[in-house]
Amino acid sequence: MLRILRARLQQGYRTIRFPEEPPVVPEKYLGRPQWDGGKCQGDCIACIQACPTGALSKSKGAVAIDLGRCLFCTDCTDACPAGAIQFTAEYRLATRTREALVVDNRPYALAKALDEKARKLFGRSLKLRQVSAGGCNACEADINVLNTVGFDLGRFGIQFVASPRHADGLLITGPVPKNMELALKKTYDATPSPKIVIVVGVCAISGGIFEGHPEVNNGAASIVPVDLFVPGCPPHPITILDGLLRLLGRIE
Amino acid sequence: MITLPQIHNGQALPLQNVPELAVSDFRSLILERVHRGRRISSLFGMPDGDQIMILAVLAHDSQGMLELCRMRVHDRYPALTPDVPQAHWFEREIAEQWGIVPEGHPWLKPIRFHASYVPGRDAWGRDRAMPIEPCVTNYFRVEGEEIHEVAVGPVHAGIIEPGHFRFQCHGENVLHLEIELGYQHRGIERAIRTIADCGLRIADSQCASSSIRNPQSAIRNPRLVHYMETLAGDTTIGHATAYASILEALGDMTPAPRAQALRAIALELERLANHTGDLGALAGDVGFLPTASYCGRLRGDFLNITALLCGNRFGRNLIRPGGARFDPTAPAVDNLLIRLDKTFEDVQNAVDLLWETPSVMSRFEGTGTVSRQDAARLGLVGPAARSAGVDLDVRSDLPWGIYQSHELPSVTFQTGDVAARAYVRWFEIQKSIEFIRDMTAALPDGPVLQEVPGPAQDHVAVALVEGWRGEICHVAVTDEQGQLRHYKITDPSFHNWFGLALALRGQQISDFPLCNKSFNLSYCGHDL
Repeated sequence: MLRILRARLQQGYRTIRFPEEPPVVPEKYLGRPQWDGGKCQGDCIACIQACPTGALSKSKGAVAIDLGRCLFCTDCTDACPAGAIQFTAEYRLATRTREALVVDNRPYALAKALDEKARKLFGRSLKLRQVSAGGCNACEADINVLNTVGFDLGRFGIQFVASPRHADGLLITGPVPKNMELALKKTYDATPSPKIVIVVGVCAISGGIFEGHPEVNNGAASIVPVDLFVPGCPPHPITILDGLLRLLGRIE
Repeated sequence: MITLPQIHNGQALPLQNVPELAVSDFRSLILERVHRGRRISSLFGMPDGDQIMILAVLAHDSQGMLELCRMRVHDRYPALTPDVPQAHWFEREIAEQWGIVPEGHPWLKPIRFHASYVPGRDAWGRDRAMPIEPCVTNYFRVEGEEIHEVAVGPVHAGIIEPGHFRFQCHGENVLHLEIELGYQHRGIERAIRTIADCGLRIADSQCASSSIRNPQSAIRNPRLVHYMETLAGDTTIGHATAYASILEALGDMTPAPRAQALRAIALELERLANHTGDLGALAGDVGFLPTASYCGRLRGDFLNITALLCGNRFGRNLIRPGGARFDPTAPAVDNLLIRLDKTFEDVQNAVDLLWETPSVMSRFEGTGTVSRQDAARLGLVGPAARSAGVDLDVRSDLPWGIYQSHELPSVTFQTGDVAARAYVRWFEIQKSIEFIRDMTAALPDGPVLQEVPGPAQDHVAVALVEGWRGEICHVAVTDEQGQLRHYKITDPSFHNWFGLALALRGQQISDFPLCNKSFNLSYCGHDL
């Protein structure tokens, strides 16, 4: 018993002060990319050719980056001869719509809170059933991390539960393989309404690197309606937490 | 007696040097070699004209060498499994992928539930027009008045990948567990074949319509490394390292010493994060919350150390053919060491609580035991094998890269139970910490990324990496133009899932979560 208490003392208090204080992200962290039109050279499409998932497009000389496809892999920054694309340390990425995930010359529309009625229901207590549908265990791992003392998701009233019957919504990862489609539908149907759906990771948004494979469904949105999109491969835990808190109106 | 060509781990040889044996000779040779202590690292089919070539990679651990042989089959051959149990899952995979029937296989069922790669040929004679439903198949059943069946999954209670488990129980006792997977099947090997076949930059449906020609050969297609990094996301470094080694073997180049050291540091960090997380999860499954809670946090601290190297907690973008994508500065390396020491201190503190707490140890000891004989016969790998006294570790038996000059002795235990699998992880954590300290103290200077020459023609290359779950095996075969002909991936979980099934025999069903966690196998690494 004394040993356990001694260990408790050594381990200390470890919960981050987010959202009251900004989080610490790794020095080399690859956050929201940005494109510098001043540096981009005319009709060069080196970045578009380099992208493994077709996340970049160019129209009228302007490059748009679809975070719903982006692996944050730096193949584009390596390919660009002018250094016109850069990954910033911006960790806030979650949106309410698929279209808003495109980074172009418009301001990035971060997720707005649920409507008042839904916030009244879920704002102080949100129970989620996680469904991994082809997730590679990276998204799953960084969702699990939210339950550790470091992030302590419980303090926001958010909890992962063991049954869809106990849940207010689903949190889905992975491109949704055809082999997992029925199980996802059944889990969704088993969740009582009103319910919300959150997709985490580029695979669950668009299929990611697996987009177009006949074995997968190109993400969850083709199967169930989605309320929150959290891009990344995988998203940093703070990106997921930020998205959840925005959805609940805990961060404006 | 037939002599087989021997290669080192991470080496390529001309395919013509791999003897093509008659079916009966192939069989007797594998029997004889396995009987004398060789292990099947990989056994797979690939198309060869209108036939299927079956290629075997045998590990000769005590000699540190790999042996290769092959045979050609039409639509059936006598199964190896009745005499070589460790072939059982490979032969089910061959049947599913190529429609070849290994005759006499005692339990020939699909493993991933997808259509055969060869249209019109199906090992089970299924109607091609009918959809293949995952895990809808016959299960081993125990009959009896007091026998009942428990079915779990695909969707599990935690934040965990999907799979299906069927328990045959008598009261609380599990007589047999059958594990069926395939829900995570994303078609990675098939997609790599498609890339190779169409020679275009973009795979699959876009393949036909795209006009963008790949300037490089298919094996250097920019998508491939991303498949490798996500085929088991918690083993990003392990699989990316194996893929990079394959390209380097085919290009006959060796990465610079600094790149090799960085790769090894990243691989050991991946092991540290996962082993620490597993020890915490084991504590959680017996309701011992202090260690569960501390290790959950500490696992993340190791991931953050990986992010120091490349910005991503799972090591995405770090390993690239020819070396490493990022080169840490001297202050970054110092920072890494400081954080490593601090994290290890806390891990030691958290994990020691386990061994000192009788209620924990009484749940760990004697639970989920796999005998040494079973582990060896089934071809288990990694901590699952070492904890049952089977001393094999690619880092010491078939070392590659920096492990050739920096020895990392393997850790074994004899009892084969949950306690042994926990101990092995703890001792490996300590060895990995020491290894990273040594590596960073003498980090070689020089470049980290170099050009890889084009792949050799008509060659076969094999790369083994000891990931945190055990042996990762990648094999590539090139054609007469040096283009990719076939790529085979074997995740350690492929060998080990059946080990978990065996561990449950005679156990209380309530100990399943604990046993499962003590193996902590990959669903997507298996399903590909």
